Amino acid sequence: MNLWKVAWRSIQHRSLASVLTAFSMSLGVALVVTVLVIYAVIDNAFQRSTQGYNLIVGPKGSKTDLVLSTAFYINSSDLETIPYGLYRDIYRKFPGEIDKAIPVALGEPYKGAPVVATKRDFFEELRYGDKKPYVFRYGENFAGSDYRGAVLGYNAARRLKLKVGEKISLLDGAENSENADDVFTVRGILRFSGTPNDQAVFINLEGFYEMNESRRNLIDRIRKGEKEDTPTEEQRTLSAILVLTKKKEVMPEIKMNASGDQPSELVVSESGMTSQVYNPSLEALPRLIEEDKEYHIQAVSPTAVVTTLFDKVIGNIRLVLVILACLVIVVAGIGMMVSIYNTMNERRHEIAIMRALGAKRRTVMMVILFESILLSLAGGVVGFVLGHSLIGILSPWISESLRVPVSAFQLQGIEVLLIPGLTLLASIVGYLPAVMAYRTDVAESL
Amino acid sequence: MLELKNLKKSYTEPDGGDLPILDIPSWELAEGEQVVVVGASGCGKTTLLHIIAGILRPTSGHVMIDGWDIPLLNEAERDQFRARRIGYVFQTFNLLPGFTAYENVLLGMTFAGHGRLDKNRARHLLERVGLGHRLHHKPGQLSVGEQQRVSVARALGNKPKLVLADEPTANVDVGNQQHVIDMLRETCEEEKVALILVTHSPDVAGQFQRVDKLSEVNLVVQRKQQETAQTAG
Repeated sequence: MNLWKVAWRSIQHRSLASVLTAFSMSLGVALVVTVLVIYAVIDNAFQRSTQGYNLIVGPKGSKTDLVLSTAFYINSSDLETIPYGLYRDIYRKFPGEIDKAIPVALGEPYKGAPVVATKRDFFEELRYGDKKPYVFRYGENFAGSDYRGAVLGYNAARRLKLKVGEKISLLDGAENSENADDVFTVRGILRFSGTPNDQAVFINLEGFYEMNESRRNLIDRIRKGEKEDTPTEEQRTLSAILVLTKKKEVMPEIKMNASGDQPSELVVSESGMTSQVYNPSLEALPRLIEEDKEYHIQAVSPTAVVTTLFDKVIGNIRLVLVILACLVIVVAGIGMMVSIYNTMNERRHEIAIMRALGAKRRTVMMVILFESILLSLAGGVVGFVLGHSLIGILSPWISESLRVPVSAFQLQGIEVLLIPGLTLLASIVGYLPAVMAYRTDVAESL
Repeated sequence: MLELKNLKKSYTEPDGGDLPILDIPSWELAEGEQVVVVGASGCGKTTLLHIIAGILRPTSGHVMIDGWDIPLLNEAERDQFRARRIGYVFQTFNLLPGFTAYENVLLGMTFAGHGRLDKNRARHLLERVGLGHRLHHKPGQLSVGEQQRVSVARALGNKPKLVLADEPTANVDVGNQQHVIDMLRETCEEEKVALILVTHSPDVAGQFQRVDKLSEVNLVVQRKQQETAQTAG
């Protein structure tokens, strides 16, 4: 019979007190697990939103605003635009360095859903999460010639209660409107991706321009006999161009300075679509773009901006939450110490018996420490299950609120640290009762 | 096997004075011998057993067991010595309540160190004391007589050289007292283990060939008796 079993028997003998002690510990662990998983979910949501492309090319100004508006569709209304011509020129201007460029123009939100005008390439070329392609749950991508085609993100379709084939009027805000100029037909609905795209309404870029022209009463010009055509390129603008660099090349990430507005250094990263081979010529691409004389533009690495933003804002929130959760665990640990300590008076006799049977002082001390560790680990296991169950129960609400998928078994690597962490805590809180056991006077206590 | 020489034990009283308990110039026990020690309450019987077991240290003197002078050993060595060479049967049995009868016997072996855990022997001893069918019962599920039998099996678990029994029948019902004594004596004889049994009971004492009165062995008791007689005279 080893000392672990001796400790376990002792726990079993005081089953009610042991269960309550372990339960208090489990609540702390459950809280930590919940915080860690939710943080990881948010982190993942931020990161996966930017992984499909390496650079965002947009108007000069705040890099953070550009990334927030282009990748997350936040604060998009006040931004400057870039000419559509840049989209045509970008391959010529930076030959051999750009694999794919996807134009994006952000429109007025439709019933709270961001409206993103783009090309069908958006869904064919971009990847999210672990390089997953966008998949259509219902219907299909709009064709290039289908100017009035629209694609809905998963949540947008659910929230707006729209189905494939239904029409939406972006200017009227009405569904199934008869006015053809701003009416788009839902061609496809995306599967849930856990990215901001789930919330968005995507429309064909050509249709977007047509709609805007209509808004400017260009129809009058057509009635007057002027040539009916798509708007001129000078009138066309874009919010940004999403750039995928050539594969098998490593893009430098731009580390932001303290204000988050200016790059302070270039760091080689293997994130996003890029892979293993480092091509030093690409280090200069963002700088080349920014130094372009023809266009007043900048190139931003979304990963760098998001990392900076995440570290600055959410990183601190996580720190506070983790500290609070750890405090809960420490309080539970102190509760455990008090609980074991209170049993020590009645246990002096048992300890004296063990000593009389030949147990060394150190042996009885170890039994108490092992008891503390077993209680902590049992509480840890229960807390782990409790925390993940809680996440499972709350997952629909979390998914809806944070717009990311969450599952009960979304395990985080850092959770492995719970085992040594709890063992250490148990050793600390078990020390005082263990010392009491160590000091037990055998002859007096028998 | 056991030899006490000039053994003295005294406690410090709250006023700082000495309270002598034991003063035994010489006392011996041969290998496998069984002796009953009788004496009035408070004459130091339990203290004597504790000193022999190494639980208490004497104020001075020697306790030689198989050539080892127990008071000279440090505490960890005394614990180890006790675990391996001495079995203890308590008046109140002192079984651990959270452990089964079988586990209580194994527990003593556990503390004796690696290689001492002999599950077959634990089972055999419990069968020997008539508890083969109660191996997995906890103390609370056993009668007091059965509990004391578990205590005897536990004392013999590590094949000790000496068993110390401190009034083993004091808490056992009359019907079971003789059974406990018989079983204790028989198993000690079979295992060739020396036995020191402390008791108040003249009936129990009368069954042993050697009965030592602590009042004749312990000079402290003699002095007290003389003082009492003088005061009365």
